[in-house]
Amino acid sequence: MSIIVYLIPVALGLGLAGLGAFLWAVNSDQYEDLDGAAHRILEDEDRPLR
Amino acid sequence: MTDLAALRAEGCPSGLEPPSDACAGDMSAFVRRKNGLSTLTLSVRGAKCGGCLSKIEGGVKAIEGVQQARMNLSNGKLFVSWSSGDLANQIAERVTGLGYGVSAFSEDASAISARSEEQRLLISMGVAAFGMANIMLLSVSVWGGHGEMGEQTRRVMHAISGLIALPVLLFSGRHFFQSAWSVLKHGHANMDVPISLALILAFGMSVWETAMGGAHAYFDASVMLLFFLLIGRFLDARLRRQAHAAAHDLAALQNRSVNRILPGGEMESVRAEDVRTGDQIVLAAGERAVIDLRITSGTSGVDESLVTGESLPRTVQSGETLYAGSVNLDHPIEGTALGEASDSLLSDIARMLEAGEQKRAKYRKIADKAVALYVPFVHTTAALTLLAWLIAGATARDAIMVAVSALIITCPCALALAAPVAQVVASGRLFRKGIYLRSGDALERFAEIDHVVLDKTGTLTLGTPQLISAHGDELQRAAQLARASRHPLSRALVAATGAGPIAQDTRELPGLGVEGWIDGARYRLGSADWVGLERAAASQGPTLWFAADHGDPVQFCFQDQLHDDARSVLSDLRQAGLEIEILSGDREAAVEDIARQLEVSTWHAKVSPQGKVERLKALNAKGRNVLMVGDGLNDAGALAMAHASLAPGGAMDVSQSASDAVYSGGLSALRTVLAVSKRARTVMLQNFGLAAAYNAIAVPIAVTGHVTPLIAAIAMSASSLIVTLNALRMNGGGAA
Repeated sequence: MSIIVYLIPVALGLGLAGLGAFLWAVNSDQYEDLDGAAHRILEDEDRPLR
Repeated sequence: MTDLAALRAEGCPSGLEPPSDACAGDMSAFVRRKNGLSTLTLSVRGAKCGGCLSKIEGGVKAIEGVQQARMNLSNGKLFVSWSSGDLANQIAERVTGLGYGVSAFSEDASAISARSEEQRLLISMGVAAFGMANIMLLSVSVWGGHGEMGEQTRRVMHAISGLIALPVLLFSGRHFFQSAWSVLKHGHANMDVPISLALILAFGMSVWETAMGGAHAYFDASVMLLFFLLIGRFLDARLRRQAHAAAHDLAALQNRSVNRILPGGEMESVRAEDVRTGDQIVLAAGERAVIDLRITSGTSGVDESLVTGESLPRTVQSGETLYAGSVNLDHPIEGTALGEASDSLLSDIARMLEAGEQKRAKYRKIADKAVALYVPFVHTTAALTLLAWLIAGATARDAIMVAVSALIITCPCALALAAPVAQVVASGRLFRKGIYLRSGDALERFAEIDHVVLDKTGTLTLGTPQLISAHGDELQRAAQLARASRHPLSRALVAATGAGPIAQDTRELPGLGVEGWIDGARYRLGSADWVGLERAAASQGPTLWFAADHGDPVQFCFQDQLHDDARSVLSDLRQAGLEIEILSGDREAAVEDIARQLEVSTWHAKVSPQGKVERLKALNAKGRNVLMVGDGLNDAGALAMAHASLAPGGAMDVSQSASDAVYSGGLSALRTVLAVSKRARTVMLQNFGLAAAYNAIAVPIAVTGHVTPLIAAIAMSASSLIVTLNALRMNGGGAA
């Protein structure tokens, strides 16, 4: 059972990493344009080879 | 970058939106300069798909000097930056040329604070989600290991849960604690009071249990409660901000830039907000005044329909006051900007608005009534439970445990979500139909309406005159003169005839008419005395006279036409049992005519702004719940005084902010608002019913002492889900 001494901190660390990523995304305005992001991925800016 | 040749097609390539109209106005006043970089944010209308994104961004980036162009599809804002020169108007023209409508965008202080509030809620929600997930991880192992897990391990698990819960509660719970504290200070209670109490008690009891080595800790329940409530709060804040921004954009369609004369005699374009009292302003023909002016030179006809409701133009000259919202028709005029306080009409209206706001603040929401019933009920139950268990011989510790768990499980979760989720879903539905609600509780007031008062000009009618009598050849010749003028009647004449040639050597005299040469003969178009008539025949609406030199004058009659759907909307409202009346500042004949066409028997003409307020007060006193619909400055007081109010998108700023909702498009918005709000109220009441039913089941379990943290977790999430799903039903089917 002593393995949980390592596992619990690992689980918390992963959770904190996720939370950190979320905070970074919010603060860099990535939640400002959800519709645009959905459409932007479909826009192909590459030109076909001639 | 996208090929420019591929960008020819007008408007949205998906066909979701028709090409929008262009919007005039000088954009250079809205450019911000910082560190040698100029930035401009524009509101773009008609962009709906990914094709629009690349078309607009590609088109703007193709302008030489533009460094960055980024379009936000969710709110229709285009952000552009460039390093040198003044590209603002060039950018706006490029986007207009692509078939999209453009207006300058400047964020007001309340919008900025609303956005940061929304972001704070989102972050709090993320933190609560993190806490909930990790505590649940530990809790599930405690529940799963029941009977096998040693007391020591369990205590460690609880301690770690508590260590996660404490910062999460302090950080994410502050929204509720602050709100609860601010109302408690004044001796009131709102929904946040029982929420805060449940959070604090659940946490406190869990800490105590952990310290005593008990089996049950409610850390998971408290953080989960917080998470669910924050979802509701966040959705509510986001929708309100979106609605506010959309209404703001409608207002921004009106020109917001002003031409100011500098002391040196030069002219510069500035934003209306930047004008100071005493500044010298030039108002070009056809321009709308955005601030009050004391005219210093020039004589011109002005259209004051937004200010007074009067549909006929009035001639003003130097020394007179021109109110914001008036449109200058024929000649440029100069004037001095007036301060807000200096004016009697505006300060009168400000006073009326204040009175309306005070009245509205007294309105008791359904949720407030529910809290008033709920709080004493739950707290008495908890107190009685404690007493009963003590009398039955339980130890103090057990009795307190049971009482507190009763408080937690009768948690206000479902109750606190009941009204907001219904409001969020309903206002989202209205939002998609072009109706922008300013507050959630307005829905409750809309649902109680039994009397509708409508303004005439601009609300029931289009607000612009239409030609109703035609004279063939004469009309074509008259149109040649009319094309040289910006007078609304001239424009109506041109609208009726379409494009064509313009008469030669035209000149226009304010308040009289236009004169010009066609095929070698001189013609005049204008008022009766302008064509040499001593006395004009009486007429229903505005008229124009047209005559050749020494010829017989011909009369053109105009009328302000009704909205296409006005008749059907009003008859629907009447069928729904609502009483309808028209309250207008316009002349008696004009109002009577409209009232007859719409079969409205109650109407009042020539009503002053104060008179409108008085009429609403009288209706209030009779116990009627009045819906006021109006657009002018003269309606603002009445809009604020009404039980609920609506303003069309073209209304004055003051009127828009005095009303509960702003709508774009036709009068059918009335039908939609009333139907959606009735449905929202039904759903809200159902939700409160569901919350009560939940408590009817949960309370007996709690007072008999059978609650475990597992039961609490399931019961709370289930009750929240049920009220949310019930509210979401509103999105499916039905005209409303």
